[in-house]
Amino acid sequence: MDDITIIREKTQFIKIKMADEMYGIDIKYIDNIVRMQHITRVPKAPYYIKGVINLRGEVIPVFSLRLKMGLEEIDENKAFRIIILKVEGDNVGIIVDEVKEVVNLFTDEIQKPYHEANSGIPNFVTGVGKEGDNLISILDINEVLSEKVL
Amino acid sequence: MDVSQYLDIFIDESKEHLQNLNTQILNLEQDAENMDTINEIFRAAHSLKGMAGTMGYKRMQTLTHDMENVFSEVRNNTVKVDSSMIDLLFGCLDALEEYVAQIQETADEGTNDNEPLIKALNNILESKGQDKPKEEPKSEPVKDEEKKEEKPESTALPEKWKEIKIGDTEQHVINEAAADGIKAYGLTVFIQESCLLKAARAFLVFKALEEHGEVIVSVPSAQDIEDEKFDNDFSVVILSESPLDKIIAATKYVSEIHDCVGGEIVPTPKEESKVTDIVKADGNAAESKEPVGGVPAPKAPGSEKKAVAKPVVNRTVRVDIEKLDVLMNLVSELIISKNSLVSVAATEVGGSNSAFNEQIEYLESVTTNLHESVMKVRMVPIESVVNKFPRMVRDLSKKLGKKMELYMTGEETELDRTVVDEIGDPLMHLLRNSADHGIESEEERIARGKSDTGSIFLNAYQDGNNVVIEVRDDGNGIDVEAVKRKGIERGIITEEQAEAMSEKEAIDLLFLPSFSTAKAVTDVSGRGVGLDVVKSKIEALSGEIETKTKLGEGSTFTIRLPLTLAIIQALMVNVGDEKYAISLGLIQTIESIPVSDIKKVQGKEVIHLRGNVIPLVRLRDVLDIQSEEENKPEMVVLIAKKGDRLAGLVVDELIGQMEIVIKSMGKFVGKSKLISGATILGNGEVALILDANSLI
Repeated sequence: MDDITIIREKTQFIKIKMADEMYGIDIKYIDNIVRMQHITRVPKAPYYIKGVINLRGEVIPVFSLRLKMGLEEIDENKAFRIIILKVEGDNVGIIVDEVKEVVNLFTDEIQKPYHEANSGIPNFVTGVGKEGDNLISILDINEVLSEKVL
Repeated sequence: MDVSQYLDIFIDESKEHLQNLNTQILNLEQDAENMDTINEIFRAAHSLKGMAGTMGYKRMQTLTHDMENVFSEVRNNTVKVDSSMIDLLFGCLDALEEYVAQIQETADEGTNDNEPLIKALNNILESKGQDKPKEEPKSEPVKDEEKKEEKPESTALPEKWKEIKIGDTEQHVINEAAADGIKAYGLTVFIQESCLLKAARAFLVFKALEEHGEVIVSVPSAQDIEDEKFDNDFSVVILSESPLDKIIAATKYVSEIHDCVGGEIVPTPKEESKVTDIVKADGNAAESKEPVGGVPAPKAPGSEKKAVAKPVVNRTVRVDIEKLDVLMNLVSELIISKNSLVSVAATEVGGSNSAFNEQIEYLESVTTNLHESVMKVRMVPIESVVNKFPRMVRDLSKKLGKKMELYMTGEETELDRTVVDEIGDPLMHLLRNSADHGIESEEERIARGKSDTGSIFLNAYQDGNNVVIEVRDDGNGIDVEAVKRKGIERGIITEEQAEAMSEKEAIDLLFLPSFSTAKAVTDVSGRGVGLDVVKSKIEALSGEIETKTKLGEGSTFTIRLPLTLAIIQALMVNVGDEKYAISLGLIQTIESIPVSDIKKVQGKEVIHLRGNVIPLVRLRDVLDIQSEEENKPEMVVLIAKKGDRLAGLVVDELIGQMEIVIKSMGKFVGKSKLISGATILGNGEVALILDANSLI
């Protein structure tokens, strides 16, 4: 009877830093991570879209995660990265302050965040995971890429 | 025999035959006595039957067989064509189309026997062919059998395989094969005269033959056969272990094969000397075919006549559209890399090496030509989609009880294949719209002093880099006031808005989702899922639609589509510190205008140029460019033209002309009409493509 073990599911996340908080993006959405490069501005696009870039011959739009999350824009620095996400076959990039590392989180340890229903504020975070003493907010990619803004 | 690999050919050809039948039956309705039409119908129905039979689609075969019987009666003048019969025939065609659609989806014809249609067809035969209802229908199949019966007396068909010149190498192969117990046979295959795609049939024959052995010689050559450079027969030498009759049977199993004769080739060099005096093997096989020494040419007069009567058919190859897409993508890649080579040459090598620059220029002209050729390959006439419209209008006319005629011009206008595939539905919808809402009832028309038959026009033509398709009717036109009232009713606009609305704005309401002015919902032009879908579809193709209307006199819908979707010649310009590409097709001239020449009309900037007053559009403002503008005494103005309207686009600087590959920007960027896409420049940067159409 001793050999019964409980299989706990783990999911891999890329840990990123925005302002001074840590966020996690499910690795299944991630196609690539590239350094900042020249971004071509697109007139009349939503304000949180910084423009488009050339990724291996394809033109893909780039979001500013800061603007999307209602944070203030800061000057571009060396730590900035563009994370290329693949969602429903479309590539899209999001600019983040810094990419840390890959973390493994137990699925059952991710807690639902406190969120006021009907508050009118969109919820970009699907859950909060624990890595040692640190908390990592798991981003809901579909919500982040929707037209909603904080 | 496994026929699944021929399914694609079958579906393609069936559709062609059905389209042909549709057209011809329409002709027949106009001119019931025309023997050419009747013969053509007969031929098409017969081929269709043969094909369905070969593929094992029994229901389809039965239905076409019964149709064919009726045509046979018509041809023999024992049955007269009347409108009920035409209706019935169209009903049959619809049923056949259903079969084909079903086959395309599931590779199975389904279980619908279409009993009523078959019964009705047989009724025609029984009621009108008073003499012998069952005997007559046979007359055609009999004819077929007659041909087959001729077969045993092989004298009727020249055994042309005997004329094949067997070279030393082949002779050697034959001798060696004989040593292994493999026999060499000569075969001559005759394809039915009515066959339209002889090369495809020959290909199938070769496929069948290769299952049995190895084809070592063919006359004409395999290349000529592929190019359809042969009459109605070809000969081969095959090495095989199977008996001759089995090979012949396999050959005949291919549809539209009239007959096949053959015999064994004895593996002695003697054969060779016997054939050497025949001058046919190489090159112009077609001419030298009949008058060959020793072999009787009983068919000669017949085939000569054929050669004259046969319509000139373009030699074609069917290519999967996906392969063309791949080719197109490769050309796009090539052009992008060429562009970067050009930009490297401009910066680093910098003209110091003239041989290098020469090669670059040469490369440019080659890629441009390559691109044009690939574009041309992808272009098909819109004929394939508009062909079904006469039939549709005829049906609508009956259904709605209004008299109307469709006049089409410019069916030969060519567009990119993908555009042609997509444009069918919007056009169909516009035509239905014209038929249902546009054309008035007969009484109304007479009361208005118009002819009792309404006219719908479908005109297509090329205009620069665009193709224009117009759908026009001489019906009621759009009642702008009614549209406004409807808009208010639907809560789309308020009364005040309606009051202030121009005619054009009111018409634009029609293209909003869920807007239908038809008083009653009909199954013809639907439930308001119409014009908005038309519009979005056309915009998805980077096209646009414009409406002109005059109450009581009719309306015109003008669709403007880009000739190509993937690669365009563009003018690169600087606006602020950003680069933009503008399709060269829209630009008429480029002018340098002194700032002092700008005039104001109703608060808007215009310039006066060669007798035209042209409104100015400052791209800086339109594109929200923040950076400071230099104060220059002159400005660069691109004069763009759309239809009969002009506009002057003010830019900061010209960079030059460039061939660019259009890339989509994906769905996230929003739907600004201003930007039609993006392109990658030589240095890897992205530049946006400005849709000047939206600015005029």
